[in-house]
Amino acid sequence: MSRFTKSFDTIGAVLLAIIWIAPLLFAVWAAVHSTSDAVNFRLTSPWTMSNFQAAWDGAPWGKYFLNTFLLVTVVLIGQFIVTTLAGYAFAQVQFPGKDIAFLLVLLQLFILPEVLIVENYAMVSRLGLFDSILGVGMPYMASAFGIFLMRQAFKSVPIELDEAARIEGCSRLGILLKVYVPLAKPTYLAYALVSVSTHWNNFLWPLIVTNSPETRPLTVGLSIFGAPENGVDISIISAATLMSVAPLLVAFLIFQRQFVQAFLRSGIK
Amino acid sequence: MSELAKLERRRRAIYGWLLLSPAAILLSLFAFYPSIATLWSSLFSRGTRRHPVEFVGVENYTDLFADPTFWIVVKNNLFYAGITVPLSMFIALSMALWANSKISAKGFVRTAYFTPTVLPMIAAANLWLFFYTPGLGVLDQIGSLFGLPSVNWLGQPETALWAIIIVTVWKESGFFMIFYLAALQTIPEDLREAADIEGTSRWTYTRRIVLPMLMPMTLFIGVNAVINSVKLIDHLFILTKGGPSDASKLILYYIWEQAFAFFDTPHAAALTMMVLLVLGIVAAVQFYFIDRRTHYQ
Repeated sequence: MSRFTKSFDTIGAVLLAIIWIAPLLFAVWAAVHSTSDAVNFRLTSPWTMSNFQAAWDGAPWGKYFLNTFLLVTVVLIGQFIVTTLAGYAFAQVQFPGKDIAFLLVLLQLFILPEVLIVENYAMVSRLGLFDSILGVGMPYMASAFGIFLMRQAFKSVPIELDEAARIEGCSRLGILLKVYVPLAKPTYLAYALVSVSTHWNNFLWPLIVTNSPETRPLTVGLSIFGAPENGVDISIISAATLMSVAPLLVAFLIFQRQFVQAFLRSGIK
Repeated sequence: MSELAKLERRRRAIYGWLLLSPAAILLSLFAFYPSIATLWSSLFSRGTRRHPVEFVGVENYTDLFADPTFWIVVKNNLFYAGITVPLSMFIALSMALWANSKISAKGFVRTAYFTPTVLPMIAAANLWLFFYTPGLGVLDQIGSLFGLPSVNWLGQPETALWAIIIVTVWKESGFFMIFYLAALQTIPEDLREAADIEGTSRWTYTRRIVLPMLMPMTLFIGVNAVINSVKLIDHLFILTKGGPSDASKLILYYIWEQAFAFFDTPHAAALTMMVLLVLGIVAAVQFYFIDRRTHYQ
């Protein structure tokens, strides 16, 4: 590659990169300045943390953070249990109806939970789970994608290990927990990253199922906080937005490689 | 002996279905039953105190087809898909080619491209609000430097959907980039060297070698981009609420509105059925064109 095309590439790539993070940079700019300084782009104006203070005082953020944290935890634990058992059944147990069952699971990959909001809402209400964290998390626990992922991971475990453990007198469930699960650790990690970032960011379903600050996750809280009806100004909205994305964003910047690998794995099954 | 074998087989069957039962129950509750219930309720009228629920056949569907808003929403969503799918894929490919080439600042570039992926759509909408706000927003301020008048990007029908589209493209391009990047890294280095020796131009190399080898990945990303054009609507809640006068309303938002703002479940169900139909077609495309080549043991 000639030096000319190389520097041309660099300029193009960096320019696009700057455009791409500009919204985030402007939010940081707005969050640390008073509204009038922010919108007038007074470059030398003093920094302030008062927007964060005002945003924090404007809504029960502590509660929202806790709810989001509980939500992603509940979903992840549920997913791990359900997909481990089902993935193992599909990978290593021979039973009648297995192929049809697997086809039905694959079918769910295309029935997006987002599309079935009306009936899922009715179902959650019927189960008495309306406005509860469990109600928000439950439809996502039997994730077809997770089952598929676990099945692939368990399939690659050498059968000799399974047989050796059986000869040692290990129970079936013991084999699953002591042989298969530890060997699939990278898959669990990748799945966990994708699941946590998906549910940290999920909005439409929690909006429908939650109805009080006691259960509302961050995304729903943020949308209510930032609603134009509330007349909150741009600096405070920016501060609130940065606050609510900070944990995931920081985690991403630190574990970037793992995140990218996890997302890749989630796509290419 | 055969008795024993039969017993063993039965035991295995019970064991298999026991392992599967939590998934089977949850999938039935939140995927299969709701799908069937949606079809069912789309065939009944909306119950009011005066008029109890009754079977109306396809009336909800004919209502929809007669509803001008429905056609606006369909048109909007087709336009939304028609722009976001190719545009985000093209940008993703450019990003991947750059992030894979030997440029300086590669780490920064990759991080910048990928960062929007980890943000919630609601947060993305808030960030972009600062760009679109008339008068004070970044876009208007840049425009005023060149003497352009203030534009209410979100408040006028001609630009509202475009404003939504830009946020979607911004959000998903970096995500698609990593798939292209992974595919690019599987192209053997010798091809590049051979092309260099032959004196092939960079454009020819990209067009004749790289793009064909990325074809399976392009199909895969395309399917996902189409699914996203149904799914990614959260920013509507912040930016436009589907307005002004339905100019930026998309199907999933319309379903939400019918069901949870107007409490018209039967029409929401009929709409849902149509989305499921489209997703079914997408699934069929995926199975026939993509997964056929990959493994399904």
